[in-house]
Amino acid sequence: MSNETRPTVNSDLPDDSVDERRRQFLLTTTGVLGGVGALCALTPFVSSWMPSAKAQAAGAPVQVDLSKIEPGQQVTVEWRGRPVWIIRRTAEMLKHLNDTTAQLRDPDSLVEQQPSYAQNKFRSIKPEYLVLIGICTHLGCSPKYKPFEKELGPDWPGGFYCPCHGSMFDLAGRVFKSVPAPINLEVPPYRYISEHEIIIGEDDK
Amino acid sequence: MSRVLIYLILILVASCLHANVAEPELLEIKIDTRDQSKLQRGAALFMNYCSGCHSLRYMRYNRMAEDLGLTTFDGSVDSDLLINNLIFTKAKIHDPIQISMPEVDARQWFGKLPPDLSLSARERGAEWLYTYLRSFYIDKSRPFGTNNLLIPDVAMPNILAPLEGDVVAIPIGGDLKRLSNSNLVTIAIGEMNEQQFDSAVQDLVTFLVYVAEPGKPAHHRLGLIVLIFLGLLIIFAYRLKKVYWRNIH
Amino acid sequence: MNGLLKWVDARFPLVSTWKSHISEYYAPKNFNFYYFFGSLAMVVLVNQLLTGLWLTMFYTPTAAEAFNSIEYIMRDVNYGWLLRYMHSTGASAFFIVIYLHMFRGILYGSYQKPRELVWLLGVVLFILLMAEAFFGYLLPWGQMSYWGAQVITSLFGAIPFVGDTLTTWLRGDYTVANATLQRFFALHVIGVPLLLLVLVFLHIVALHKVGSNNPEGIEIKKTLDEQGHPLDGIPFHPYYTVKDFLGVMVFLFCFFAVVFFFPEMGGYFLESANFIPADPLTTPEHIAPVWYMTPFYAMLRAIPDKLFGVIVMGGAIAILLFIPWLDRSPVRSIRYKGNYSKYALVLFVISFCILGYLGTVSTTPIRQFLARICTAIYFAFFLLMPIYSRWEKTRIVPERISG
Repeated sequence: MSNETRPTVNSDLPDDSVDERRRQFLLTTTGVLGGVGALCALTPFVSSWMPSAKAQAAGAPVQVDLSKIEPGQQVTVEWRGRPVWIIRRTAEMLKHLNDTTAQLRDPDSLVEQQPSYAQNKFRSIKPEYLVLIGICTHLGCSPKYKPFEKELGPDWPGGFYCPCHGSMFDLAGRVFKSVPAPINLEVPPYRYISEHEIIIGEDDK
Repeated sequence: MSRVLIYLILILVASCLHANVAEPELLEIKIDTRDQSKLQRGAALFMNYCSGCHSLRYMRYNRMAEDLGLTTFDGSVDSDLLINNLIFTKAKIHDPIQISMPEVDARQWFGKLPPDLSLSARERGAEWLYTYLRSFYIDKSRPFGTNNLLIPDVAMPNILAPLEGDVVAIPIGGDLKRLSNSNLVTIAIGEMNEQQFDSAVQDLVTFLVYVAEPGKPAHHRLGLIVLIFLGLLIIFAYRLKKVYWRNIH
Repeated sequence: MNGLLKWVDARFPLVSTWKSHISEYYAPKNFNFYYFFGSLAMVVLVNQLLTGLWLTMFYTPTAAEAFNSIEYIMRDVNYGWLLRYMHSTGASAFFIVIYLHMFRGILYGSYQKPRELVWLLGVVLFILLMAEAFFGYLLPWGQMSYWGAQVITSLFGAIPFVGDTLTTWLRGDYTVANATLQRFFALHVIGVPLLLLVLVFLHIVALHKVGSNNPEGIEIKKTLDEQGHPLDGIPFHPYYTVKDFLGVMVFLFCFFAVVFFFPEMGGYFLESANFIPADPLTTPEHIAPVWYMTPFYAMLRAIPDKLFGVIVMGGAIAILLFIPWLDRSPVRSIRYKGNYSKYALVLFVISFCILGYLGTVSTTPIRQFLARICTAIYFAFFLLMPIYSRWEKTRIVPERISG
């Protein structure tokens, strides 16, 4: 019958201090390895929350053929569940685009509501075609296209008017001062894949 | 005691050997779903011969393109290659592989909607699919002129007949019921000779095995890493246990 | 950190619970391989809860979409396949672990006084686990899911007078249908897991009250040292925490080998027929439950009468509850019991395994005969126990566990 049924930590024995150091080393190493393992084990749980292939398919880029759009016409397509407008601006519109910059809250598009290639006075890659996400930056209604001058009063230069709370944006989607909406309409990523075709949802490199 | 055990074991063995239904023998096939060229040929065959009737509703075109190596230099899907060679419907590359045949018509022509084949390889196994495609033979009494050893009086026509050629079944002693693949004889070759056809069917089956579980090679790679890591952890856990238990007897 | 602990401990029995249940809870020093399975069962439970919770985020519990949603999980959801395989392998692993855990109890007489309640709670847990597995198996809505549920729910029709109404009531429709799927989903995800958690808690509380048994069947609390600790006991922490950690690592190795390389396990963990969507108009050639229920299924089929078959199958599980009172042996562990108990146990295990095999294959006259013999042996193990456990010559159990 053994007397040593319980481990004794007798510091007189050199064995035990070696034991203690080995214990500590093994504990630390195992602990670190186990911790790394546990973190890696989180991967499937965290990663599964990213958009699935199904969501990515539904949110896939949308191709638009511009050749059928008349000057002054607005066309709407859906991308990632939101309306995207493509407006073919007339020469007149482009000429007068920057007459009313004094009335705009953010005429130079300093707030990041557009990709870098759309951070210009036309807010587009080619001046003729404007691409905007058709959702008011106030509370999310869809503004109406009101391109004709004086359509909404003597000072109306042409642009977008939101019927929900009266926000107004110009023909480059820039927000006017003294309206509820705080920032310019968003420009989605897009690029030209040919002379008359754009693909919405992919960046111009 | 040991006598009772022996009796039990004997009866168990007897019951195992006593197969109640004579199941047809299946041909053997080796599958390697990492062989992209096989998968590509199989995909081409499927799209050209099968996808008119059989959908692969759980497989997306773009996923298939990525796994088969139909990509451009930067790794993205080569849409033009895909659309020109493998998409015969109005589907976009992110869409699942569906058929254009209306269900109502399918029921009228074949008696039922041809089943979706996404999981056929997991349901039946590669050997069954391979044997099935090699088991068609000419039978003038059937509406489409062919019959099949694995599914007698099958509703599916032998769609690969142009490639395979003419195959007849020679019954042993006049008994048509006990046929196996050794009774099938090619009397006229089609666009492919026997060896080429066999290789083509293997490609097609490899493709279907891939479709049933497209991620399998990746699963194995990740699994190896996980097991090696766990092996390492086991070594340390064991040494840790030993050091704590040294004094316990 | 120390301050935080003190703050909590002044308001919550943190340190005292840690001491009484872990760092100063004494367990026998001679636990062997069979004693890993309790902690492993908890690991598998956590696995099922976590992977199950995540799967619920992507699964659609309707007849129209269930099957599709599982393929969506397997292909479209990032790492969805891994979550699915961990859950399906976990279900089979749970039963392997639990059968071995229960076997340990039978082997060493852990159900004997004063541990009868631990055993009873355990049997109830076993029944709940089978219910959980049964409900869960319908969710993929495959051919085997559908027809398995159809067969098992129709068993209730055997009960006289109320049978048919009961079956319809269970299903929520005239056959297994969307209504059945939806209620089984709720039971599988919320109802039974909550019960399982409560009962596992009670099971461990009951165990800690009396302390664990051990392979020798020696009551370690009979011999205490000056501090009142059992001489043959060791504190659970650090000895069994470190040993169980090793056990968990080895288990995880085997578990993930299956998950990554053999998730279907030859059709036993994921049945081939379940890769076909449920079709109420076509019955599969062989309807068999998953492997862990096959022993009882084989017993059901062995009895020619439907009602009596159901009674025998239910009785085979219920009889487990009575073991603490059927075993009249003066000793606990098989190591000190006589030859009758040893032969009986071997026969019991062999017939249980044979029944399990028979449940996976179709019936033939020879197999029926074998199933009946094995069912008889199974019941004889229990029903004759009061006799053979008392008559046999047992060995004398030592006072102390020898080193």
